[in-house]
Amino acid sequence: MSVRPSEFPPPWSPTEATAPPTDPADERIEVGFLIVGAGPAGLAAAIRLGQLMEEDPATAERLGEVPVAVLEKGKAPGSHLLSGAVVNPRGLQRLFKGRRSIDELPFYGPVHGESVLFMTKKRAVRIPTPPTMVNHRNYVASLSRLGKFLADEAESLGVTILPETSAEKLLVDGGRVVGVRTGDRGRGRGGEELGNFEPGSDITARVTILSEGTQGHLTGAALDRFGLRGENPQVWALGVKEVWKVPKPLDQVVHTMGWPLRAGRKFREFGGSFIYPMGDDMVTIGMVIGLDYRDAELSAHDVLQELKTHPRIARILEGGERVQWGAKTIPEGGFVALPKRFHAPGLLLTGDGVGFVNVPALKGIHYAVESGRLAAESAWRTLARGASMREALASYDDAIRASYIWTDLREVRNMRQAFGRGFYMGGALAGAMTATKGRFPPGDSRTERDAEQDIFMGGRARSYPAPDGKLTFDKLSSVFASGNRTRDDQPNHIRVQTKVPRELAVMWEHMCPAQVYEVGAEDGDGTVEVKLAPSNCVQCGAITAKGGRLTPPEGGSGPEYTLT
Amino acid sequence: MAKTLVFLEHHDGAIQKNALAVLSKAASVGDAHGVVIGSGVRDVAASVNTTVWVADDERVAAPLPQPRVDVIAKLVRDEGYDTVLFGQSVLAADTAAGLAARLDAGLNWGLVDFDGTQGRAPQLQDTVVVEVGWSSPVRIGIFRSGSLDVGELSGANEVKDAAVELEDFSTAAEMLEQAHAEQQGPSIEDADVIVAGGRGLGEPEKFSLAEELASALGGAVAATRAVVDAGWYPYSAQVGQTGKTVSPKLYVALGISGAIQHKVGMQGSNVIVAINKDANAPIFEFSDLGVVGDLHEIVPKLTELVRARKS
Amino acid sequence: MDRSGELAISDFDTYAVEEALKLKESAGEGEVVVVSMGPERAMDALRKALAMGADRAVLITDSALEGADLLVTAKALAGALEGEAPDLVLFGQQSADGGGAVLWAAVAERLRRPVISQASELTVDGASVTGKRQTEFGYDSIRAPLPAIVAVSDAINTPRYPSLKGIMGAKKKPQETVAPSAAGDAATTVVELSPPPPRGEARKIEDDGSAAEQIVEFLAEKRLV
Repeated sequence: MSVRPSEFPPPWSPTEATAPPTDPADERIEVGFLIVGAGPAGLAAAIRLGQLMEEDPATAERLGEVPVAVLEKGKAPGSHLLSGAVVNPRGLQRLFKGRRSIDELPFYGPVHGESVLFMTKKRAVRIPTPPTMVNHRNYVASLSRLGKFLADEAESLGVTILPETSAEKLLVDGGRVVGVRTGDRGRGRGGEELGNFEPGSDITARVTILSEGTQGHLTGAALDRFGLRGENPQVWALGVKEVWKVPKPLDQVVHTMGWPLRAGRKFREFGGSFIYPMGDDMVTIGMVIGLDYRDAELSAHDVLQELKTHPRIARILEGGERVQWGAKTIPEGGFVALPKRFHAPGLLLTGDGVGFVNVPALKGIHYAVESGRLAAESAWRTLARGASMREALASYDDAIRASYIWTDLREVRNMRQAFGRGFYMGGALAGAMTATKGRFPPGDSRTERDAEQDIFMGGRARSYPAPDGKLTFDKLSSVFASGNRTRDDQPNHIRVQTKVPRELAVMWEHMCPAQVYEVGAEDGDGTVEVKLAPSNCVQCGAITAKGGRLTPPEGGSGPEYTLT
Repeated sequence: MAKTLVFLEHHDGAIQKNALAVLSKAASVGDAHGVVIGSGVRDVAASVNTTVWVADDERVAAPLPQPRVDVIAKLVRDEGYDTVLFGQSVLAADTAAGLAARLDAGLNWGLVDFDGTQGRAPQLQDTVVVEVGWSSPVRIGIFRSGSLDVGELSGANEVKDAAVELEDFSTAAEMLEQAHAEQQGPSIEDADVIVAGGRGLGEPEKFSLAEELASALGGAVAATRAVVDAGWYPYSAQVGQTGKTVSPKLYVALGISGAIQHKVGMQGSNVIVAINKDANAPIFEFSDLGVVGDLHEIVPKLTELVRARKS
Repeated sequence: MDRSGELAISDFDTYAVEEALKLKESAGEGEVVVVSMGPERAMDALRKALAMGADRAVLITDSALEGADLLVTAKALAGALEGEAPDLVLFGQQSADGGGAVLWAAVAERLRRPVISQASELTVDGASVTGKRQTEFGYDSIRAPLPAIVAVSDAINTPRYPSLKGIMGAKKKPQETVAPSAAGDAATTVVELSPPPPRGEARKIEDDGSAAEQIVEFLAEKRLV
């Protein structure tokens, strides 16, 4: 009997996230341009707008008292940012052209050398670096730190950043996006208003730019509301990573494939790990696994712990100390899963939210930055005398299609899907694609929703190491290491069915890196109860890919990343 | 050798145990005298085997800090004490701080030990131990509750009168109504003893085990996030990273695994006793007495035995 | 006029800010000024108080203040407060970094004004303030003439969330940095830092039927029963 997560959809409808403004007109907060998300895309848009305001103050006047506002649901910019990361500086160089040099950016240095290892349980064999993964001239970065830097830059250009502010609804009036409604603060577990209850506000803007990152809450609602979804659904991978202080510097960027992931086709375990040096005294190590896996007991967090026990890896971490942990999903559908259009009336969509990620190269940050910059340019065009709003926003789509984002993603469009056929077959196909720059195999592959994969009990948990608190860790202490201290007494922000077949509950329990889900009591009819601890949630988004739905909790909740 | 004056705080006619313990410690590193301040307190001053200054005056009857600063500062100046020590309490902290500002003296608090010139204080929720010193001529220190034992003093009692010369501003605050003994149990923040319940209790009704034991020990009841989440106990009783931080003399953990989120809220407790049926529970790594067993059998017996002892 | 004095805004300080705002709201008039001491960046933290509704922020900053101890801090704060001449100075119940509950009493001494600490309730009427002080023994009711210093406990109120309008308006409110009026050297030193010792002789026993007795023995040993 196979169980499919998609058969148990969450109690949620996208219409919950769109609404007309409800605040009386004089209580609405008016800003010039509104950006949702203080990540690389949102902050790039903010910075570009700030530059344009500086160059043309007369036009900037028309934006009013708060020309550009950026909403960030985390405690501060950077708190919810997590990536590997090896960054292609191209996007940032263009953004800061003539203003700042690459040395002024908080990188951990250029990539000095790299290797790709194929792992088995005991050995690690170096294999030639696939051309898509060559990182020459790229830089190692902490996205969280970079985000903080970009936020400071934006503020110095007159941008207003509003942290601890979640965007709960897209405000749509007369078929046009007019802004965003922020979330309430100060509600209790049962939804009741507590002593310091502060209702959300309607924020209206000329143009709203969504840069929410992976599993963007309003982005998803907008794609549905305006019929923007492409033919292929988006698919995701879950990445879990740690930052370690180490005594011995790592001198190269390392990627691994193979063990602990299983190669067999029935498992659909696509992914690998990365180990990057962060200066001389820190490294970051992470495991990324496609969420179309099928073994209900697969746990990306525990596979990462398992990976660390490999002698080659343990050596890198020896004598070290874990200082941070985190998790986030990555959109992996690539070109074929992009939406039909990236704009709607009053709205522009950027970054990971729409899937601008080059999976084989593991790159998305420079595309996010570039898309943010282009969104800013189009938004600015709406201010030109006699400009047509519609044309100005449509110019964003044209700009995206003319950019390197488009060409890069198109070239590698079939690579990820090939690996759905198992590691070795996938590897062969990937090789062919690279050699022919995407021309072979012809056509476009298709994606299937992660939640459509049947799951089965595969006994994967047997191989996970028992946490020793020094090299390997349990989930709860890892949640602590993410800086998460979410207020407990607030409404549950996770929508899932709580009475499901055992396999599904087991799958959620293992899937979630933060131990939010727990298999509860049997209900006697073949189903079990699912118990939730929502305040553990680090908002990675995995649940949305696998049968549930993450909505933003109270602003300020979630992790407080600084080094991820 | 230090020449120390110890603030002997008293309540209902008896000197606070912590103050006596601090006096013992001071006596072990030099000369140690005490000071008792209040009204009708000569008996109290006569109960300690060392020189005890007494400021027995209506004007200092109420337990307010600023008049005490006046009395102690004059003693320090006139008698040449180089060290003034206190046992932690709200009154002691305010008095010590006011005194530090009055005498331009360094103040170290949270001490668990003192050798006459340096002290030791755990900080940052007990994750680091700091050796602290003073660079001022007069040293002022506040000791944590329960960090020292009361010892025997080898001297003889001598009561001397301390002058009560008060600044105008010291008498500006007035006590309208003084605290009386509370009928209910202490709040979690103030309790000397806390009995905390976790998932191992099994069901909400079993919190009665924690309540009975707390009542027998004269303490308060606390709960972990997990059981508060599940609705077994109110959020006001939650101890942990996202709840309250406590550091009682005794923390009894029933059916609590000891995840770090809970640990950071109670790891500063003096003595931790944990009962859990899982021998591998992390709480056993930081408890003073770990008991692997069934709390449903152990706790009722324990409560009975504690009650028997107290009567 | 109401004021609020803090070392570096922490969760505890938000209760003091909230209390100041409530007092201003019930009086219908007054000014809430937040004062802090720290590096330039500490102004960001003060802005949160401005976003909650405080009217003005003053940051005492100077490189010489790095490594300040209680005495230096109290002197610097008292100096700035003297200049402000507030009616009421509020503190949060402890400082988040050192966990010390001592700053306000030292400041009160320097200013030569009455002090009430651990206030879980506060009322101001005309020329005096009455606080419900929470101690180990219960609650006292203490009254002091203004100007006075009060440290509020976290039981006193539930701090409000800054509204979006408040956050956006914070930038425009007056924020000034001042140098400390008086300098001075720290009177305490840190000699050494070390990891905590393992918890004494930790004992672990398995219940063989006598666990309850063994626990009582242990507690008696520690003089806890």
